[in-house]
Amino acid sequence: MFRRSFNRFCAGEEKRVGTRTVFVGNHPVSETEAYIAQKFCDNRIISSKYTLWNFLPKNLFEQFRRIANFYFLIIFLIQVTVDTPTSPITSGLPLFFVITVTAIKQGYEDWLRHRADNEVNKSTVYIIENAKRVKKESEKIKTHYAVRDTIELRTVESIDNLRAAIECEQPQSDLYKFVGRINIYSNSLEAVARSLGPENLLLKGATLKNTKKIYGVAVYTGMETKMALNYQGKSQKRSAVEKSINAFLIVYLFILLTKAAICTTLKYVWQSTPYNDEPWYNQKTQKERETWKVLKMFTDFLSFMVLFNFIIPVSMYVTVEMQKFLGSFFISWDNDFYDEEINEGALVNTSDLNEELGQVDYVFTDKTGTLTENSMEFIECCIDGHKYKGVAQETDGLSQTDGPLPYLDRADKNREELFLRALCLCHTVEVKPNDTVDGVTESSELTYMSSSPDEIALVKGAKKYGFTFVGVQNGYMRVENQRKEIEEYELLHTLNFDSVRRRMSVIVKTQSGDILLFCKGADSAVFPRVQNHEIDLIKVHVEHNAMEGYRTLCIAFKEIAPDDYERVNRQLIEAKMALQDREEKMEKVFDEIETDMHLIGATAVEDKLQDQAAETIEALHAAGLKVWVLTGDKMETAKSTCYACRLFQTNTELLELTTKTIEESERKEDRLHELLTEYRKKLLREFPKSTRSLKKAWTEHQEYGLIIDGSTLSLILNSSQDSGSNNYKSIFLQICMKCTAVLCCRMAPLQKAQIVRMVKNLKGSPITLSIGDGANDVSMILESHVGIGIKGKEGRQASRNSDYAVPKFKHLKKLLLAHGHLYYVRIAHLVQYFFYKNLCFILPQFLYQFFCGFSQQPLYDAAYLTMYNICFTSLPILAYSLLEQHINIDTLTSDPRLYMKISGNAMLQLGPFLYWTFLAAFEGTVFFFGTYFLFQTTSLDENGKVYGNWTFGTIIFTILVFTVTLKLALDTRFWTWINHLVIWGSLAFYVFFSFFWGGIIWPFLKQQRMYFIFAQMLSSVSIWLTIILLIFVSLSPEMLRIVLRSVRRRSTRNPNLELPMLLSYKHIDSGYR
Amino acid sequence: MAMNYNAKDEVDGGPPCPPGGTAKTRRPDNTAFKQQRLPAWQPILTAGTVLPTFFIIGLIFIPIGIGIFVTSNNIREIEIDYTGTDPSSPCYKCLSPNVTPCICTINFTLDQSFEGNVFMYYGLSNFYQNHRRYVKSRDDGQLNGDPSALLNPSKECEPYRRNEDKPIAPCGAIANSMFNDTLELFQVGNASDLMPITLKKKGIAWWTDKNVKFRNPPGTDPLEERFKGTTKPVNWVKPVYMLDSDEDNNGFINEDFIVWMRTAALPTFRKLYRLIERKNDLHPTLPAGRYYLNITYNYPVHSFDGRKRMILSTISWMGGKNPFLGIAYITIGSISFLLGVVLLVINHKYRNSSNTADITI
Repeated sequence: MFRRSFNRFCAGEEKRVGTRTVFVGNHPVSETEAYIAQKFCDNRIISSKYTLWNFLPKNLFEQFRRIANFYFLIIFLIQVTVDTPTSPITSGLPLFFVITVTAIKQGYEDWLRHRADNEVNKSTVYIIENAKRVKKESEKIKTHYAVRDTIELRTVESIDNLRAAIECEQPQSDLYKFVGRINIYSNSLEAVARSLGPENLLLKGATLKNTKKIYGVAVYTGMETKMALNYQGKSQKRSAVEKSINAFLIVYLFILLTKAAICTTLKYVWQSTPYNDEPWYNQKTQKERETWKVLKMFTDFLSFMVLFNFIIPVSMYVTVEMQKFLGSFFISWDNDFYDEEINEGALVNTSDLNEELGQVDYVFTDKTGTLTENSMEFIECCIDGHKYKGVAQETDGLSQTDGPLPYLDRADKNREELFLRALCLCHTVEVKPNDTVDGVTESSELTYMSSSPDEIALVKGAKKYGFTFVGVQNGYMRVENQRKEIEEYELLHTLNFDSVRRRMSVIVKTQSGDILLFCKGADSAVFPRVQNHEIDLIKVHVEHNAMEGYRTLCIAFKEIAPDDYERVNRQLIEAKMALQDREEKMEKVFDEIETDMHLIGATAVEDKLQDQAAETIEALHAAGLKVWVLTGDKMETAKSTCYACRLFQTNTELLELTTKTIEESERKEDRLHELLTEYRKKLLREFPKSTRSLKKAWTEHQEYGLIIDGSTLSLILNSSQDSGSNNYKSIFLQICMKCTAVLCCRMAPLQKAQIVRMVKNLKGSPITLSIGDGANDVSMILESHVGIGIKGKEGRQASRNSDYAVPKFKHLKKLLLAHGHLYYVRIAHLVQYFFYKNLCFILPQFLYQFFCGFSQQPLYDAAYLTMYNICFTSLPILAYSLLEQHINIDTLTSDPRLYMKISGNAMLQLGPFLYWTFLAAFEGTVFFFGTYFLFQTTSLDENGKVYGNWTFGTIIFTILVFTVTLKLALDTRFWTWINHLVIWGSLAFYVFFSFFWGGIIWPFLKQQRMYFIFAQMLSSVSIWLTIILLIFVSLSPEMLRIVLRSVRRRSTRNPNLELPMLLSYKHIDSGYR
Repeated sequence: MAMNYNAKDEVDGGPPCPPGGTAKTRRPDNTAFKQQRLPAWQPILTAGTVLPTFFIIGLIFIPIGIGIFVTSNNIREIEIDYTGTDPSSPCYKCLSPNVTPCICTINFTLDQSFEGNVFMYYGLSNFYQNHRRYVKSRDDGQLNGDPSALLNPSKECEPYRRNEDKPIAPCGAIANSMFNDTLELFQVGNASDLMPITLKKKGIAWWTDKNVKFRNPPGTDPLEERFKGTTKPVNWVKPVYMLDSDEDNNGFINEDFIVWMRTAALPTFRKLYRLIERKNDLHPTLPAGRYYLNITYNYPVHSFDGRKRMILSTISWMGGKNPFLGIAYITIGSISFLLGVVLLVINHKYRNSSNTADITI
């Protein structure tokens, strides 16, 4: 069918015209237009990175781009080329191991991607080919099929006869934007143009819900689909721990270079005495003598580097990677995150940020759907200033609703019905028919579907009062009125809702031929467009409702004269057809239409708080986190929600920076400045200067909360470019930092991201976390350090773009307080331990150089050098870093203050790092000199036989392995059977291996250095005693620390710091009503 | 792990499973491992649990230390430096390379008698047997009796691999520099007569070295035949098959050679030279009195500022005289005990406050 030549591998960057044209059925339509052959890519989805052929080179290249791997490669190459103390195997084998493990992991992931791709690419699709349905594999679709069943086209034949061309924009990644136009060439050859918008576009992977099949035209294929485009270009987030690792790495690299430099220098000083350089018993080869001295020094330097290179642990990267990868499973496995309702648990999209969950300073949360359930319930309405509340009796409309409800007087009957009709008509709700496909569904059970839960609530609300929306049929909206009659309205236009306009309208034609416009929207969006005298009546109610925390909408209507309608209609169609700047044009038209309306009434919809939202917020507060609520809602609504979820306590003093406080005066900026400075003064008086004590200060001092709205924020952020604006921003930030809770209302999605970015760039670069559920939160989720998506009702965009997704807001508590805390402690300990054990490992080797004439003689056997990090000490720390719970999960969740202990990357700061480093230095010194003094007499046996250098090294190595493992055992607070197995198993393996390694004359080894060394070593009582003594000495600082810490804690225990009784714990079960 | 592109992702809205559809629940398994609730021993290391360790360690270490210290003190040891750097020394004459063979005699007195087996060591100082170039300069295959390695030694042996176009056996710097002084011991009797003391050559090397690691080239021929085609190390006087007349102590399995081949860990070291076996229970092995040490001075150490010593020592269950271990044990034990006491006092002071379980990070 599509025999057009196409580029098999879509070249993304080829020259393209502004729009693309797709011909339906490839019928030669364009006699009139010159057809520019466009190349489209095939429908193959390629999300995999590698193919079978390029896997090895490409993967190796990718891996060696990492600085650490590259470093090890260099070390390996040095060992191969230069005469070095250790054989290339010692670093080659670990490197090979690391590379292989990573390659396998990446290969596996890529295989999964291949499989997923194949699943999609090989799935069967039906293509209309000469009036037949043909089964094909999806990847063979060549170009461009998708949308829009034009009403008459219901059969295969008619589709095949369709001659049309679709013009649309070039592929772009915005899921919610699509601009196109379809030209249908009917028999008359006169092109009928229809506009195509996002509502006409089916995205790849979409499932059909209320119809069994659909005919479509593919407009974008393969890698050019919007979904595919959306997966690209995701920025990699790096955690704070990773930055610390890199910093440590630099320190250790510096230590390494220093050591090598010291040894090289001393070597040449030492060798300046000729008998040291070349004594008679140890002569150089001819070649060595002839080597140029500078070159020799250089190779010596490299040799020392190779000798000490183990100080930078190869295996750490693998272990960290494995820890993160395996560790992240615990989140998705957690039963507490499972939600019955959506039948899903938590989702982990990245494992790189596990530990960042334990480091969060700021939480930015969306309100609707995140703090609240986003399941709306119609509470009350007000028509012409008369309040209607409660459920009306079905029998006779509203007249029966008195009785229990006080002050219920009634508006004019006509106005009532108009209002209810408006509720029934002004929406985009669809009715899902229950089984009965055709026509009138009995009013039994109607399932409403909409992208906005508010609308459903309103439609259901109207139903309560007798007006039932039955559905759309042939472009007619059908409404069943109170008298059980079906009224039909022709739907002329829908002026869609968007978050900028904050309102939507429909234009309908009644049966009697009147053309009506119904508009509903936020009060701020509607009030300026209606008569003033109408506002006063309703405003009171709206404000009252907002105070209660309800979401309010105002309903207005307008009659359009037929002449006017003609004009409006033309404008609308024109705007809808535009391929360029469609949005702007539409907005302008909408703006013109929605004027001079009459306000009928307002509605109040309750958005219930999510289960345990208040407890969660309170726990986060107690954990020292600052919670910011960013919402698009009205200030009053948002404020009351904030009170309800205890973001603001009753004793919280609120600082308001809103249009209300600033007033609509001309001197806005002056007033703003005044307010800002005033607030700052107030806060500075209250808090001591030091930021360190700030977190504690919260619990003791007066709490402040800040409320700011979108327009004021933009005033602060983008006010005139003079020096003052910068000043505003800094003052504003100072205020923000001192407030425990901040509420930002009336935010546009982009402003949310702006705020996050602003906080992210604060001094000390605090870690930010954003949590949200809707598409409008995506920008902030992507912007913050950690993005959490709620698998809510508003679709999956948020959870798909997030790093972690949980079903409910309350899960945040455990995610941060327990999982985040544990992950952080685990990985921080892992990192410190890795550097520690390798410093211990290499320091004796460094010290040994002073006793072997700086000849780069390794202290340990090559097998030990190689296996130390891979086998002897790797598993215990991995098990620790996966299983450790230094504090019980239950304790962690119930005492949020524990979270503060690890804030600010506490375990990877200079202090702990120095402690670990000094501990390692101390231990290394003890190992070496303890054994050194023992070896003042080399006969350590009852039979007087002497021991050599390999025994010396093996003793040190044995002490090392035991000390390092026991140190970890001391640190382990959670001994599962796995820990036991791995810790004692590693030690047993070491002993076993050493016996084995020394038990045989290995035919492939050039030197049998280790032959029987270990067994012989163990036959000496003195060596046993030394090993025990030195292990104890090495561990004693750690034991001392434990004692001192427990003593100190007891002495500083302050009754003030006892866990304050959290309000919410008193009524955990009651929940918020 | 970057987010994987999952083509099956839900595009928009709605629960992922059709209601009432597949009953497959996505609830995570409720296993102890997955819920991180594995049964675990959770030791709480507090002062209360760690302090007893200090006491116990102290109480164990101090007696051990005293035991070791006493044992070490009971060991008799005498060290005689015979390098001859001092002009008054009888061996001074041997420093000049012209005097060959040079024999010198040093007399010394034992104040106390040596009982039990006495071990005779030679000690060298400032001799870097642990130098990298030196340590690797050997061919263990050759020493293990591998015929091919015998005739074609490893490159590591350079520059002591071949001499006059013949492979050196044993090759390498270590073998080449084998200690070759001969030490003899005489007891001065009551009538100034010299009684030679029997020095046992065998039993000074590790059993495994002597029997497994070191082997002569295979064959039943006389040793000289088996080493045919090789040449002696440059510095040696005699070839390797003439190290001893005893067939069982000749060639590569000569124990003096094996001992030398075990490279020392530090530049000052001693190696076992001879055994002086106890005669019977009644007489000490070496009674107090005057002795002559007769030295055939071959080994030059003056050129690298080295020292040579002869050491006579008795031995205990823990080896030779080594005050370090005993002192270390006593010191550490005492410190540990003291620390325990001090910390206990401090700990007791704060005990009055609550004794709830401590939460440690």
